[in-house]
Amino acid sequence: MKNDLLSLAAIFSQLSLLAFGGGNSILPEMQRQVVQVHEWMSKADFSALFAVAQAAPGPNMMVVTLIGWHVAGWPGVLVTSIAKFGPSSLVTIAAMHAWERFKDRPWRRFIQLGLVPITAGLVAASALLIAEASDGTWTLAAITALVALVSYRTKLHPLWLLAGGALIGLTGFGQ
Amino acid sequence: MSRDGHAPRPTVTEIFIGFLTLGLTAFGGALPLARREIVERRKWLDADAFTDLLGLCQFLPGGNVINLSVAIGMRFRGVPGALAGLLGLLVGPSLIVIGLGVIYQRTHQDPRIAHLFAGLAAAAAGLLIAMAAKIMWPLRRKPEAAIVALLMFASIAILRTPLLPTMLVFTPISVLIAWKVRR
Repeated sequence: MKNDLLSLAAIFSQLSLLAFGGGNSILPEMQRQVVQVHEWMSKADFSALFAVAQAAPGPNMMVVTLIGWHVAGWPGVLVTSIAKFGPSSLVTIAAMHAWERFKDRPWRRFIQLGLVPITAGLVAASALLIAEASDGTWTLAAITALVALVSYRTKLHPLWLLAGGALIGLTGFGQ
Repeated sequence: MSRDGHAPRPTVTEIFIGFLTLGLTAFGGALPLARREIVERRKWLDADAFTDLLGLCQFLPGGNVINLSVAIGMRFRGVPGALAGLLGLLVGPSLIVIGLGVIYQRTHQDPRIAHLFAGLAAAAAGLLIAMAAKIMWPLRRKPEAAIVALLMFASIAILRTPLLPTMLVFTPISVLIAWKVRR
C-alpha cells in the first residue's frame, strides 16, 4: 500500500508537468504505467474507468481520481490528486508574474507552435490505445466508428453519444 | 486597476463557490461554460483579460480549466484564492466520479451491466478518435509538423516508449522546425 502510494505520487507528479495541450495527451503514458508497468488493472478496465470519468461533469481528467481510488482507496485519491494537480498549479502561479514579460516574445510563440504536433501525435495515440482496448467485438468497434463520425461531423453533445453507446451496449447485441 | 463595469473583486468564498458550480455543471468540456460563467455571468474578468489568462493556461502544462481556476484565484486573492478555485473545481467532480467508480466495481460482474460499460467505453473511444482527427486535420498543410506528429504517434502508440524521454527528443526538434519554418 505504501509502495503503491509512492508510485502513484511519482507517476502523476511527472504526468502533471508533461500534460501540454491538456489531459488527453498523457493518457498513453498513464495507461502504460497503470496497466503495463504496475499491473494495477487490465487494459479493458482502464478504458472502462476512462469512459466512466468522461460521463461525469467537470474537467476532463477525472480518470486520474478514479485510478487513485482503484489502487489505494481514499489515500490513493488524495495522493493522486495532489500529485496530478499540484505541480502544474505551482507552475501556473509562478508563471503568472512572468507572463506579461514573455507572452509577446517570439520564443514563446515558437515553443507553442512546436508543441502543437506533439500534442496531436499524443492525442492520436490515446485514441488508438483506448479504442484497441475497448473494441473487443465488431459491434463495439461499430459503436466507436459511429460515435467518431457523428462527433466529427456534428455538434451533438458528447453526453448523448456516450448514452447512445451505453444503450447499444446494453442490448448485448454481437457481444 | 480600474474595475469599471466589473463586479467587485470576488472573495475566497465566492471563488470557491464559482468554481464549484462550474465543476458540477460542466459536462463534456468545461471551457465554453467557464467563459460564460466568468466573463458574462459573474463579470470577474472582461473578454480580453479572460483570453489573455487563457493564453497562459494553454501554454503551460495541465488542463486549461484547471490552470484557469488557479490563475483566477491567484489574481484576485493570492494563494488562498488559487487553492479555493482549484478545490472548488475538483471536489464535486471527484466525489461524483468516485461514486460512478463504485457503481462500476460493484456491478460490472453482471453480464448486462458489463455490456453497458463496454458500449460506454466504445463510445468514449469514438469521441477521442474524433478529437484526434480534429487536431490532426489542420496539420495536412504543414508537412514538417505532420511528420513530427506521426513520429510521436508511432513512438508512443506502437513502440510504447515512455513519455518523458520521447518528449525530450521530439519537442526540441519540433520547436526548432517551427522556428526555422516561420522565421
